[in-house]
Amino acid sequence: MKSVPAKKISRSRTTKGKRKVRVLVGKPGLDGHDRGAKIIARALRDAGKEVIYTGLHQTPEMIVNAAEQEDVDAIGLSILSGAHNYLFPKVVELLRKKKMGKVVVFGGGIIPDTDIPGLRKKGVDRIFTPGATLSEIVEYVNKRVRPRA
Amino acid sequence: MVDRKKRKTIRDRGKRLEREQLKPRLSRTPERLRRFSTVSDEEISSLYTPADLEGIDFLKETGFPGEYPYTRGVQASMYRGRLWTMRQFSGFGSAEDTNARYHYLLSQGQTGLSVAFHFPTLMGYDSDHARARGEVGMCGVAVDSLRDMEILFHGIPLDKITTSMTTNAPAAILLAMYIAVAEQQGVSPGKIGGTIQNDILKEYIAQHSWIFPPDPSMRIITDILAFCSDHVPKWNTISISGYHIREAGSTAVQELAFTIADGIAYVQAGIDAGIPVDKFAPRLSYFFNAHMDFFEEIAKYRAARRMWARIMRERFQAKDEDSWKLRFHTQTAGVTLTAQQPVNNVVRVALQGLMAVLGGTQSLHTNSMDETLSLPTEQAVTIALRTQQILAEETGVANSIDPLGGSFLLEKLTDEMEKKAMHYIRKIDEMGGMVEAIKHGYPQREIIDASYHYQRLLEKGEKKIVGVNCYRSDEELPIPILTIDKEVERNQVARTREVRRKRNAKRVASRIDALKDASLSRTNLMPVILEAVKEYVTLGEICDAFRETMGTYTDPAMY
Repeated sequence: MKSVPAKKISRSRTTKGKRKVRVLVGKPGLDGHDRGAKIIARALRDAGKEVIYTGLHQTPEMIVNAAEQEDVDAIGLSILSGAHNYLFPKVVELLRKKKMGKVVVFGGGIIPDTDIPGLRKKGVDRIFTPGATLSEIVEYVNKRVRPRA
Repeated sequence: MVDRKKRKTIRDRGKRLEREQLKPRLSRTPERLRRFSTVSDEEISSLYTPADLEGIDFLKETGFPGEYPYTRGVQASMYRGRLWTMRQFSGFGSAEDTNARYHYLLSQGQTGLSVAFHFPTLMGYDSDHARARGEVGMCGVAVDSLRDMEILFHGIPLDKITTSMTTNAPAAILLAMYIAVAEQQGVSPGKIGGTIQNDILKEYIAQHSWIFPPDPSMRIITDILAFCSDHVPKWNTISISGYHIREAGSTAVQELAFTIADGIAYVQAGIDAGIPVDKFAPRLSYFFNAHMDFFEEIAKYRAARRMWARIMRERFQAKDEDSWKLRFHTQTAGVTLTAQQPVNNVVRVALQGLMAVLGGTQSLHTNSMDETLSLPTEQAVTIALRTQQILAEETGVANSIDPLGGSFLLEKLTDEMEKKAMHYIRKIDEMGGMVEAIKHGYPQREIIDASYHYQRLLEKGEKKIVGVNCYRSDEELPIPILTIDKEVERNQVARTREVRRKRNAKRVASRIDALKDASLSRTNLMPVILEAVKEYVTLGEICDAFRETMGTYTDPAMY
């Protein structure tokens, strides 16, 4: 399955000359439920982030390649199919292999509370479960993700 | 429903009461909200009277059940003759695991089966494909080959039970496997009954489990329509779905409009493929959501029946009454369930089930309370099934047909929803039909906008969800949840590899060639697929053959 090549977005700067935070929102695996991911992509864009939305059916490799190509500061992953325990850590593992370990990885979807500690141990910084608000997520990105100089 | 003079009298009385009673009352106690609206943000008035029903002629618009335009129901006796089918969507882990759940549900009074396949099957991959890692058995049953299908239906008499299978892009393959299993039981294709969802247009719009691009996908569907009308006449060939469109964030009117627009596209495609409309239209079926706004949902179902009847008779000139009748399945809205205080979901589902029954659904799936956390446990799905049984046996709502018919609010809302939905349908017609509209991203964009609008209202507190943005609990009582064993993936991979080893390699290769040849010609694909599945060509192999000849579809990644 071909992937949509991530659009090259110019590295725009804010009026103060600071580089904008770049976030990749990704849908790993075969899950097609993207209502949440799309809303989050919009909210982050409205909050002044540069957003790259990968679209559906991305392998971990495709996500990490896009993240590298787009020089992102953070990756937000969304899964509702139950495959998070394999796919989220896989993304983190591939980032580390590419020496991109500083990229903040967060995620959400249908993830039982009992799985969260395991995911955090494997390098996922934060998990947002059903009921999380857009303002919570935006606030998290604001606080946690800094643009590299 | 009342004459003009009476309507004027009623309106005048209403205005007088507004001045004399309502205004003083409101100045002491203002209305609770700035605006009262449905969950779709459609404004609702405080009171409806017969004066609101101007232009709604009872015999022409509402009429009788079993009579055109079927606003009150598609059969003359409805639940008096036969209750709706209780059909719980179900599947997880291996075929053995799911077969056991099916036997359990049937023993508890379920009256029809409904298969949930895991994502690799939905997307046309076998369980040992790289893309299937971590996904096997996680949100549905793993079916890679006819072998899995045989196990799935072990001990289930396919001449006595009807089955709905939620599969779209590879629907032809799963249907072929089902036919093959029935034949093994000595049941001919002419005798089996059931449904395949097989509604690819809503995949591009909402559910997003596609494989091939739109045009070849429509060809597969018309092949299925032709094949089934000749050989599997009791089979519902498409379950034209609004459920997923709604789950993706559309309003109720959009759900109604886009679903019927999809239906229009399928009817046109069948006609263009040379099948007489009355030959295939009677076996088209529908599938709607039962969301949270009580009256909006019931009005939606009634409007849907009336719209479809008119479209089939007037636009498509269908002559057979069965072509005019919109029969539908309903599922209670998964998206309305909360992870917080999950036991509250039992209440939501009960109310939603009630809406579907008051709306005249032919079959119903009620969600389990734990589905925001995982797949249903046996305990949770039993409560969901009992919910339907309580509706049927204890509430009296099935005693009379369309019991809310005549409600001033309901008739007005039915009328308004039909008018608003037709506006969308005309717009889609102007674009050249639904396939074109999809290629332009129109329904997809409408849905994203609607879902973002709703999310904004929710976060502003203008829409409420108990337990989430009001009446929250600090302490959450944990409930048991279903987990899928890691062994499932290992075992399934081993089984499929074993199936491949034991096959006749030469015949498999020739079947795969036949699939490619047929897909490049105008041969009906169904018989070719049937021959392939009987040789245990796997689902992934068949889809790979078609990927080669038909191409694949990629997400335009709109947001």
